[in-house]
Amino acid sequence: MSLISTLARVEAAATGRARPLTTVRHRHLAERPMVLVPLTTAGEVGAPLGALVGTDRDAPRLLVVPQPRDRTLRFAFLAELAEVVLPHLESAQGTVELQERAETDPETGKRVKVEVELCADAPQLIVPNTAGISYVRLLGRSTRFRRTAEEEPDSPHPAPARLPLLGRWLTHYGERARVPGSSLLLAVTEVLGRHWATGQSRLEDQHLGALLAWIEAEEGTSGAEAALRVELARDGDGVPLTPPAGPATDPAFDNRRLAPAIARHDAGLPGAEEEIRELVASQLRPTWDAVWRALDLLRALPPGARVADRWKRDRWSYTAHRDRLRAGEPPQPRRDDAVTAARKLAARETALAELAAQEALDDPLVMAERRLSGEAFAGEVVRVEPAWSEGKRPMPRPLVTVRTDDLPHLEEGDRVHRALEGGKSQPGVFVASPAPGLFTVRLTGGMGRGKVPEAGSVPEEGETVCWTLFEHAPRGGPDLPDPEETPWTHGGPPDPDALDAPDPVTPEDLL
Amino acid sequence: MSDIPDSPSTTALRRRLAELRGADVAPRPLDARALAALAANPGCRRRALLDGAGVDKGALAKKLGSPAAFGQSQFAFARGHAFEARVKGDGGAELMRLVHARTGTAGTPAPEPGEVAVPDLTASGPDGRAERTRLALERATAEGGWALLNHPMVRLEVAGSPVHLEPDAVAVHPDGRWTVVEIKSFPILDGAADPTKVGAAARQAAVYALALQALGGRVDERMLLVCPKDFSNLPTAEAVDLRRQLATTRRQLARLTRLEEIAAALPEGVTFDPARPADELAEAVRRLPAAYAPQCLSTCELAFHCRERARAAGSVEVLGREARGELGGLTTVEAVLAAARGEAASLSGGDGTDPSDDPPDDPAAAALRRAARLRAEALAGRS
Repeated sequence: MSLISTLARVEAAATGRARPLTTVRHRHLAERPMVLVPLTTAGEVGAPLGALVGTDRDAPRLLVVPQPRDRTLRFAFLAELAEVVLPHLESAQGTVELQERAETDPETGKRVKVEVELCADAPQLIVPNTAGISYVRLLGRSTRFRRTAEEEPDSPHPAPARLPLLGRWLTHYGERARVPGSSLLLAVTEVLGRHWATGQSRLEDQHLGALLAWIEAEEGTSGAEAALRVELARDGDGVPLTPPAGPATDPAFDNRRLAPAIARHDAGLPGAEEEIRELVASQLRPTWDAVWRALDLLRALPPGARVADRWKRDRWSYTAHRDRLRAGEPPQPRRDDAVTAARKLAARETALAELAAQEALDDPLVMAERRLSGEAFAGEVVRVEPAWSEGKRPMPRPLVTVRTDDLPHLEEGDRVHRALEGGKSQPGVFVASPAPGLFTVRLTGGMGRGKVPEAGSVPEEGETVCWTLFEHAPRGGPDLPDPEETPWTHGGPPDPDALDAPDPVTPEDLL
Repeated sequence: MSDIPDSPSTTALRRRLAELRGADVAPRPLDARALAALAANPGCRRRALLDGAGVDKGALAKKLGSPAAFGQSQFAFARGHAFEARVKGDGGAELMRLVHARTGTAGTPAPEPGEVAVPDLTASGPDGRAERTRLALERATAEGGWALLNHPMVRLEVAGSPVHLEPDAVAVHPDGRWTVVEIKSFPILDGAADPTKVGAAARQAAVYALALQALGGRVDERMLLVCPKDFSNLPTAEAVDLRRQLATTRRQLARLTRLEEIAAALPEGVTFDPARPADELAEAVRRLPAAYAPQCLSTCELAFHCRERARAAGSVEVLGREARGELGGLTTVEAVLAAARGEAASLSGGDGTDPSDDPPDDPAAAALRRAARLRAEALAGRS
């Protein structure tokens, strides 16, 4: 957290209403996302209790497991989930655009341009909170190794036909969610927390209802009080009036409402299943509505200029998974091999640096944080001095001096970067600080090939410019070997025939 | 240590704590989970004294109008119990197999069924059970075989007052080592478990290990964490290194202000008996300085009360430790906003500190002024 966002929290605490942390929206929101609000049984990993899911806020599909310990009912739930979620996740596979990509030709070893397909869009999945993302990952893990009746005719407990496929998609979305700035699978508490500061701690912000209460507070009302009501108000049985966004249910709800209803269901009493469905719906519906309200709030923010660029990476990720499925590759392994794991980590590090740079470039309020920390400076150009490089073909290397109140951590020779119209960035080198508050930068590129800089490529006196000390398109580290060439220090090449066996189905997993 | 008679000061402290708790109120025993949480916030005198005196903080919080919901779902409870029973079933054979496989000395044979002593530890009262545990450990160690102590009881001196603790199990190795065993119902999925849950289990086990060390045994610096494997009910286990947790807990427990000192700062007649009227209790609680942090919300029954007070006082602690750290010496919302407006020197007395502590060139205040200016500039540009 930066001092500016801490200050925003203090302002929110003083006014009782959330304060903006950004001036634009930094995550992609699909036109038609699918919202999934899951509930699980306390203490039972992988025993879902129910879910609300769908793309239409007025018509969610309610899925309920009346007895979560019953494997048959769990499978029925998962089959129904696959029926709703898979068509959404598969919906963007067919519409593609062609992209050029440089690939190494396996025969000649030369870099050649090839045309590859890129899905024009990717389906988005939205869950209420980060626990929801973990749950998506868990559902993926618990289902992707299952065998269907077709794959294993003798299995006493075959999985429903499309279930392993659902598991593979959910696993992919769950993994993608670990990449900073990705938007295939979003948790609304995280996205709201990125854009607004409340007057409470980040820990308390994980409660979707309370977080929304701070943000939705109208002028003159107290979001703090509304959040407190959401957090604490309970009925006579101690069941919270605003249920938690889960996926775990409230213990008082479990003990006072759900357990007696499940007991009636187990006893075979008529109407018990409907009762459980209503109970589960009562816990899901407020969160469902809250997620859609959160999406409304986020949609009201204009998207940042580079959001589409990051979404394109999500589309690449989606397309790559589609291609792996089409190629008949086995499900994602339980544990990545050394090279894959190192690649993923490197990709996430690059994505994090890129996200930090892009958010700052898209949003003056985020840039303000970088300026405060001495990683950027902005000010008015007070002097431009034409100069040229030495050598056979002198190139323009003008000196630009700006006046600023910022205090950048600069030493002579440090590289600085400036965003140009059209998304390119211009490099420069810090030369000197002729007087306090004045900084002189030598432009070293982005001015065309001629002896005279291209029009508009050199700032003019009086213009306001912003230089950053960080790169705008940070590159990743060195290349990694192919998995087949994993060195022995890292366990050697993975066994190409090693397949993760499905989890054994034993009487023990009857919970 | 249990055969040393209590010193007069200990007796006096016990009497004082009983007064604070309320004449006819039975003390609420401290468990390792509470101790681990207490050790996580050693600066909180409120919590140290109330826990040390065995005050029912839940009842107190309810009376103060800020009840905390710390229920456990009966589903989780049933599952936890069923799993523990399963792990310990069959004379602990499966459990001892895991103890040997994960924490046994390499190259030694696994215990044969029937080779594991499971001493009877039943006795009346915690002191009796602690004594039985001590004797059983002594004996098992002397005999040099495998032994499994199911729900033993150990004592630990906390802030000058003894606390009884009940680990899930302690295993005695033939080489005389004692290993703390914790059985949890969260899964180890593909060899990995939720790090926060593992961390909590390790802190809890460290408290048990400290208590066992006080008995003079050779306590393993690794615990055995037994959990369900993947999505099944089958047990699997991992050895978890406790060295860091042991060092931290030992240091934190030593730092816990002595209860005598805290109690001495309270005037005679103050009591936390939940039967007393709410305003009297609120006043009594107010006299105990708290160190509130949002993390308290998940571990302390009184946290909602402390938060309410901290909010009413405009304290920046409610924004989280991170924010608190970033604001340096500015401790209230008012002081921060004043500093951001550039009025730091004139207004810093508002939070009760001496203005001379806060010279106008205070770097924290200067940084805040710049932050406020940059923030306002960026927000003004949006339209």
